[in-house]
Amino acid sequence: MESTPINRDLLLEKAQALISSIESPETSDEQLETQIEEINTLRDNHLFQELGKMTREIHDSIMQFRMDSRISDLAETDIPDAKDRLEYVIEMTEKAANTAMGVIEEGSPVAEKLGAEASVLKAQWQKFRKRELSPDELRAMGNDVEAFFDESEQMMSKLLSGFTEILMAQDFQDLTGQIIRQVINLVHEIETNLVELIKIQGETQAKEQPQKAQEETRLDGPQVPGKETSDDVMKGQDDVDDLLASLGF
Amino acid sequence: MKILIVDDFSTMRRIIKNLLRDLGFNNTEEADDGNTGLPKLQSGNFDFLVTDWNMPGMTGIDLLRAVRADDKLKTLPVLMVTAEAKKEQIVMAAQEGVNGYIVKPFTAQTLKEKIDKIFERIENA
Repeated sequence: MESTPINRDLLLEKAQALISSIESPETSDEQLETQIEEINTLRDNHLFQELGKMTREIHDSIMQFRMDSRISDLAETDIPDAKDRLEYVIEMTEKAANTAMGVIEEGSPVAEKLGAEASVLKAQWQKFRKRELSPDELRAMGNDVEAFFDESEQMMSKLLSGFTEILMAQDFQDLTGQIIRQVINLVHEIETNLVELIKIQGETQAKEQPQKAQEETRLDGPQVPGKETSDDVMKGQDDVDDLLASLGF
Repeated sequence: MKILIVDDFSTMRRIIKNLLRDLGFNNTEEADDGNTGLPKLQSGNFDFLVTDWNMPGMTGIDLLRAVRADDKLKTLPVLMVTAEAKKEQIVMAAQEGVNGYIVKPFTAQTLKEKIDKIFERIENA
C-alpha cells in the first residue's frame, strides 16, 4: 500500500517555531508543551489517515467480491441445483439397474425351462434313434416336438424384447455423464472463486475481478424434471412433435 | 441403406446401432463427433445420418450445417437425437434443415416412427 507522505513543510514550520520558542527565555513551559502537542497531533493525523485508507481498501475489496453476482448465484442457485442433478443421476442409474435386473429375473427361468424341455426331447430322440420307442410314444414325441417349437418361438421373442429393454436402459450412461460433467464444471468454478477469496484476504491489493461465467447461448444438456433451465423447454417427444408440426414438419 | 451414427457417448451409439439393426438396418458406422463424422460422410456414400447435438469438437448442429453446405451431401436425411429440448434449439435445427428431431431419453418406438416418417416424406417428395 502506498503511504501518504507526511506534510514536511508544516512539520518544518512547527519544528522551527518550537526551536525558537525553546531558545527564547520568555516562553513558558505550558507554551512549549502546547507546541510539542501540535507536532504530535500532526504525526497522529498521518497515522489515522493511513489506517482509514487501509480500512477503505479492505472494505472495497470485500464489497467488490460480494457484489459479483456470480458468487451469490453459485451459493444460492447452482450448488442446490447441482445437488438435485446428482440426485437425478442416482435415480436414473438405479432405474436402469432395476430394469436390467428385472428383465434378467424374468428371462432366466424362461431360458432354463426351454433348456430343460430340450433335454427331455433329446433323450426321447435318442431312444427313437435306437428304435426303442413304441408307436404311441413316437406319436407323443411328435406332439411334444410341435409344442416345443411353438413355445421356443414365443419364448425367444419374449427374451428378445427383454434384451431390447436392457439395451434401452443403458441410455442413462449418456445422460448422467452429461449431468456429471456439468457438476464438475461447477466445482471447478467454485474452486476458482475460492482462490480469488484467498487472494483478497491475503493481500488487499488483489483487485482482479473474478471471472464471470460465460453467458453465451450454451447447451443445457439433459433436462432434469422440475429443474428445466428455461420456460421454453419441451416436456417430451410429443411437445417436440407438436412444435415441429407447427413449423410445417 | 448405409447409416452413420454420430454421438460422443459410445453407449448411446451402441443403443442406436442395435435399435437400427432391429429395424432391419444392418449397415451402420459410428463417429464420436462432427470432426470425425464429416470426413466419413464425404467419402462414404451414406444414405442417412443420425447425430447428437452436444459433442466436444464439432457439434451436431455444425455438422448439420456442414452437410447442408456440401453439394454432394446437402440432400442427405438427418435425424437429430439429442438431450437438448429448448424450443429455440429445436427451431434452430429445423431452420438449418434437420429432417427429424428426437429428444433423449427416447424409446425404440419413437426412433422407428421418426425414421419411417422421414423416408415416407422423401418418397412422396
